[in-house]
Amino acid sequence: MNPKTSPATSRARTPFEQSLKQFLKNKMAVAGLVTVLLLFGVALATIVVDLATDNAFYNNHIIEQDLMHRLAKPSMKHLFGCDEFGRDLFLRILWGTKYSLFIGIGAIILSLLLGAPFGMIAGYYGGRIDNLIMRFMDIILAVPFMLLAMAIVAALGTSTPNLLIALSVSGIARFARIARASVMTVKDNEFVEAARAIGAGDAEILLKYILPNALSPNLVQVSLGVGNSILMVAGLSYLGLGVQPPHPEWGTILTSAKIYMRDAWHISVFPGAFLVVAVIAFNLFGDGLRDALDPKLKK
Amino acid sequence: MWRYILKRCFMTIPVLIGATFMVFTIMHFAPGDPARIILGADATEAALESLRYELGINDPFLVRYGKYMVNLVHGDMGTSYRNGQSVTTLIMGRLNNTISLAMAGILFAIVVGIPVGIISAIKQYSSLDNVTMFITLFLTAMPTFWLALILVIVFSVNLGWFPASGMGRTLGAFWVSLILPTLTLGSGFAALIARTTRASVLDVVRQDYIDMARAKGLSENAVIWRHMLKNALIPIVTVIGLNFGVLLGGSVLTESIFSWPGVGRFVVESISFKDTPAVLGCVVTLAILFTFVNLIVDLLYAFLDPRIKSQYRSVWPRGGASK
Repeated sequence: MNPKTSPATSRARTPFEQSLKQFLKNKMAVAGLVTVLLLFGVALATIVVDLATDNAFYNNHIIEQDLMHRLAKPSMKHLFGCDEFGRDLFLRILWGTKYSLFIGIGAIILSLLLGAPFGMIAGYYGGRIDNLIMRFMDIILAVPFMLLAMAIVAALGTSTPNLLIALSVSGIARFARIARASVMTVKDNEFVEAARAIGAGDAEILLKYILPNALSPNLVQVSLGVGNSILMVAGLSYLGLGVQPPHPEWGTILTSAKIYMRDAWHISVFPGAFLVVAVIAFNLFGDGLRDALDPKLKK
Repeated sequence: MWRYILKRCFMTIPVLIGATFMVFTIMHFAPGDPARIILGADATEAALESLRYELGINDPFLVRYGKYMVNLVHGDMGTSYRNGQSVTTLIMGRLNNTISLAMAGILFAIVVGIPVGIISAIKQYSSLDNVTMFITLFLTAMPTFWLALILVIVFSVNLGWFPASGMGRTLGAFWVSLILPTLTLGSGFAALIARTTRASVLDVVRQDYIDMARAKGLSENAVIWRHMLKNALIPIVTVIGLNFGVLLGGSVLTESIFSWPGVGRFVVESISFKDTPAVLGCVVTLAILFTFVNLIVDLLYAFLDPRIKSQYRSVWPRGGASK
């Protein structure tokens, strides 16, 4: 225990409470978490509005063009100005939150679910199975992430589900490696031996004894990966390979920004600023989570 | 040492075969009938069928892959659906542009990132350190294409210092047109290198062997250069190597934005034209490039850390160094 902490905090705690306390001490991480929660709030609010108005609001304000206000500069009425079709940029950015958030997070979680089982099996059995699986992962890693995702989108066609598939398949190898490493550090512990002694099978040992103890590096990697994943979604959408217009994904909005940058700087600046804030928030949260869960730092 | 290099080189062969197979399989599912794409909508069925025969489209999948690999080894990546030109020629005409941009980006990132990281580490917790770490946090989170837009708005549209797009044809114009793409591609990477360098130097400074080196009376310069930096370099080299792929991915975006005539822009164009052989060729070329960079990084490790090299003397490696 840290000698500086007050006597009241030195009571025995569960590991979860210790980690939580460690996390809450990190102001940057808490700021990241708060921003992430805010973004979720915005995303959910836009979904609720769409459901409540049966997409009427979405169609009238986010999709419907209003050429009178084409490229309008930011003002009190249009906080971030208007895009090339006269649509309010602020509302479009708010409605774009859910794409970045849910595709970004969804892709990472899918990568984890697809990759981690391979890594766990490789780490648990070792030997030839390990070699086979990990060489296969090396092959996936030999193609740069972004290019692999682009090739998959090119083959499947551009759509939001295909974007999700492309990003998650490209991320499989990373999670397989992390899961393998974390299983290998856990599998020689006595409690695994004990489980085997009482007659537990391989599947039971892996799922009931090893998985819970090997989980935290993977969770940290998920939270650290979301930022990158959001950037990939935006990047592919920017190239026209992701979310298609007129849907207001942040990268998609930026596609037209270059054409109009001489007349309308606001189209370039605001969606990008939201991207940066979202990515920084997830990165800070991930860093905080890593520090809080790292047993080496928990002294 | 030579045995290690040779072994490591041989290890790249199955990886390359596997990677080409994977990409070939993915692109096999690309929609559209190639014969139709080449000949257009009003081609006769007979013409389509004879072209399909010529392209070998009706062959079994593995036969097609085999033929592709045989041709690839001979440097032939097929013909583009778009204009019937050799994909190899199309890519080779663009590859050095991609490589020069990537090299410029990496060089910029290293030249800026490492000194900034070292200074930050030496002045840990100073206001200088705080400011740099805040800026690097910002830069690592910045989307490549957004940074490009902002740079163009500031330096091309408002100040008019650099061209907003394209590659200069004369040598002087080439260097000027290289600046903004380099900044775009290298900034995030520089920030990452700076953060890694700082963490790595701070970690090394606390090691016992640094105290030991000082205790045995080495000059401060010798301590810093021979003991500190050489050891601190290992994680830095790792980060540079691991992120070279990210850099190649970033070059796709950077080239598209700046209309830089490289492989990255070519792949995006080819995707929109459904030009499968060209897409396949680009991805395979960049994967080969990436694999070779990883090979060089692994060899650098062995040079920097003798422990890694000795690992390879005894047993067949199980990916220990290719982490």
